[in-house]
Amino acid sequence: MYNLEFENTIMFLNYTIALSDLGTLSNMGVFSLIIINKAGGLIYQREFQAGLRKLSTNDYLVLAGTFHGVHAITRSITPKIPSVQPPSPATSSPSTTTPAASHSYPNPGVPVTGLDYLETDKFRLTCFQTLTGTKFLLFTDPLTGNVDTIVQKIYELYADFVMKNPFYQIEMPVRCEAFDRHLGAWLRGRT
Amino acid sequence: MSSNKTSRIGEETRVDKVNAELVTLTYGTIVAQLCQDYDSNYQDVNKQLEKMGYNIGMRLIEDFLAKSGVGRCANFRDTADMIAKVGFKIFLNVTPTVTNWTSDNTQFSLIFEENPLADFVELPDDGRAQDELWFSNILCGVLRGALEMVQMQIEAHFVSDVLRGDDTTEMRVSLVRYIEDEMPPEEE
Repeated sequence: MYNLEFENTIMFLNYTIALSDLGTLSNMGVFSLIIINKAGGLIYQREFQAGLRKLSTNDYLVLAGTFHGVHAITRSITPKIPSVQPPSPATSSPSTTTPAASHSYPNPGVPVTGLDYLETDKFRLTCFQTLTGTKFLLFTDPLTGNVDTIVQKIYELYADFVMKNPFYQIEMPVRCEAFDRHLGAWLRGRT
Repeated sequence: MSSNKTSRIGEETRVDKVNAELVTLTYGTIVAQLCQDYDSNYQDVNKQLEKMGYNIGMRLIEDFLAKSGVGRCANFRDTADMIAKVGFKIFLNVTPTVTNWTSDNTQFSLIFEENPLADFVELPDDGRAQDELWFSNILCGVLRGALEMVQMQIEAHFVSDVLRGDDTTEMRVSLVRYIEDEMPPEEE
């Protein structure tokens, strides 16, 4: 089990290196996009630059699953601080208090998120998770600005051309030609 | 989120518009066809409309989130406000009133002053449709499908409809539970 996860990590690193090799050739800034469904399955993968080194389909599936797991871990390791409890005279016996209930997240009004982005000198991986649990992973040049705007637009295109396609089955791999076309056209139009 | 801010999101979110009568006529045709297909077994028609709505809701929620850009609701009261003032506003251009809360904040009613789905509609006078058919039942399904995708299991049904001769059109929505996997932190 440990070995398998270790291999996944290595594979993940290899992939990031493959991307960064091309960093100097690009002027557009957006390398590739991966969409992961709420169960951690890969449902979409696409490169936006010709000649970008590819992984095998299986490796992409493993990458998606691994990222999904890492994302869940980053959520669950969010530090919890002791919550402020009003001193009550009723709790005379300290043995009855449960320590588990006395911790909460800092700033409870803001929901807990997982990993939002990951950055190296050569590339930046932005993860946008929708409230429905779908994750959009965008690989960009670290100098690319307004990544949030790009991801938001991709989400809108996904809502339009994938979710509104009556023949697209929810949670299944995305094979929507109109989505590919509009996504490509929009990203080209940006440069 | 304050109530006024919610209303503003509903007003300002821009979506493509179609002719309202086209929607009314299309929906009316679907219901009429279902009544024919199910031999005027209105319970089955209600069930089928709910199921169709459920499938729409599961897809529509992504459009709602992408276009409105709203974040997660802090509690079920916020959710109700969001449904009435943003959801119904941007998709049907109506704002039903949220009312009749239970004291534990898990059930509320939506009162529809106007209902674009039911313009021009008169229910068949076969003596049963008036008592059995919930013409706009698709809306119950839409809410159930959409909220399920954001980790809320709910139950929704109509309790009155002006088409049946009632004074108001009222939908009752009850929160069954938050779906465990992605529970909001304060519920843990």
